[in-house]
Amino acid sequence: MNEVQNYGPERKIEFLHGTTTLAFKFQHGVIVAVDSRATAGAYIASQTVKKVIEINPYLLGTMAGGAADCSFWERLLARQCRVYELRNKERISVAAASKLLANMVYQYKGMGLSMGTMVCGWDKTGPGLYYVDSEGNRVCGDLFAVGSGSMYAYGIVDSGLKQKDLTVEEACDLGRRAIYQATYRDAYSGGQVNLYHVHSEGWNRVSQSDVLMLHQQYQAEKA
Amino acid sequence: MAMSYDRAITVFSPDGHLFQVDYAQEAVKKGSTAVGVRGKNVVVLGVEKKIVAKLQEDRTVRKICSLDDNVFMAFAGLTADARIIVNRARVECQSHRLTVEDPATVEYITRYISSIKQRYTQSNGRRPFGISSLIVGFDFDGTPHLYQTDPSGTYHAWKANAIGRSAKTVREFLEKNYKEDMESDTDTIKLAIRALLEVVQSGGKNIELAIMKRDESMKMLAQEEIEEYVTAIETEKQKKT
Repeated sequence: MNEVQNYGPERKIEFLHGTTTLAFKFQHGVIVAVDSRATAGAYIASQTVKKVIEINPYLLGTMAGGAADCSFWERLLARQCRVYELRNKERISVAAASKLLANMVYQYKGMGLSMGTMVCGWDKTGPGLYYVDSEGNRVCGDLFAVGSGSMYAYGIVDSGLKQKDLTVEEACDLGRRAIYQATYRDAYSGGQVNLYHVHSEGWNRVSQSDVLMLHQQYQAEKA
Repeated sequence: MAMSYDRAITVFSPDGHLFQVDYAQEAVKKGSTAVGVRGKNVVVLGVEKKIVAKLQEDRTVRKICSLDDNVFMAFAGLTADARIIVNRARVECQSHRLTVEDPATVEYITRYISSIKQRYTQSNGRRPFGISSLIVGFDFDGTPHLYQTDPSGTYHAWKANAIGRSAKTVREFLEKNYKEDMESDTDTIKLAIRALLEVVQSGGKNIELAIMKRDESMKMLAQEEIEEYVTAIETEKQKKT
């Protein structure tokens, strides 16, 4: 029988999960932008999913992959971060928080967890952005886009980030635009764009915009 | 038989003492003196070197151990017990670096050592560790620290302290002579040596000293350097009298 083994040269290609999430660092902190569509196959289960998990007032986590996996592990991470704060009388660094999450899920490697998350925050070394997934990857970076719509989002952010020194306004617009473009082309992304900005005092929710409204707005601007 | 291990050795006495812990502190009082001083830019640990037999190699007896690049410690009491604590602390420093991607603070490692010690006062079939330790170093942000732990598992921060034989005498000397915010590294080192000279017989050659300056690694002073300080101290003493 020709069973496809999930290791070696014949392994099944992992499909990116139905979502678009992105985060990038800029001079005033980190912008986090996500869509809000949840799909079960071809059925749109929800258009109003919260894909940004507020770990604590200065740390955010994004959700891509299995919704239950992401929210469960990130809530567990929030608990660990709080215990760290109490024991050590100082905030946990983004590096340490992402390390804790990566170590937690690594123990379940190969058991079917599906989670691709970005841990974003501001600590004493400045803005922090880490990509952590259930395969055991943990990488530090300035820009990440995760999900089935990530390629479309990368296109927008890569061209928009060419100009140095974005203002907060410009960076938010860039993030919003990138998610919108991804929802335009990717069937598995849509709903609203939730935008957060992480700065030295913590994070704040910048906006929640319906992609259909954004579509009208951008069309009008084109004309 | 396994049965003998399910009874605790450290239990409360009717008047609220943990006698095993108290006895452990007696063992500490028999150990050779160690003194620690926290200056503004340097931290110093000094120990009384035990007199070795003629055929014994002097260098194998090390009472000052580094735990990581930014922390080191000295102890008083049972050397074998200290070896265990030092090993565990060294591993924990590296584990901390691995999970948190930052060096452990002096307080963190002190807390870790203290919780090991406390655990052994509340376990079946185990006796408390018979050591007190002085833990010094600099944190990631540059602040110097000196902590003392004892067999019960408590720890406190100190500006200067002594443990072991004649600790009380040395501490009184330190209380009289410690000055806040000693800017000069030499003054801090001299204070530690002077404090040790109070109780150590025959001067400089029975003293072992380690210093750490901010952003530098621990440095054990060579015998000649210690002798230089001792001579300088003697000269100052002569001038005063």
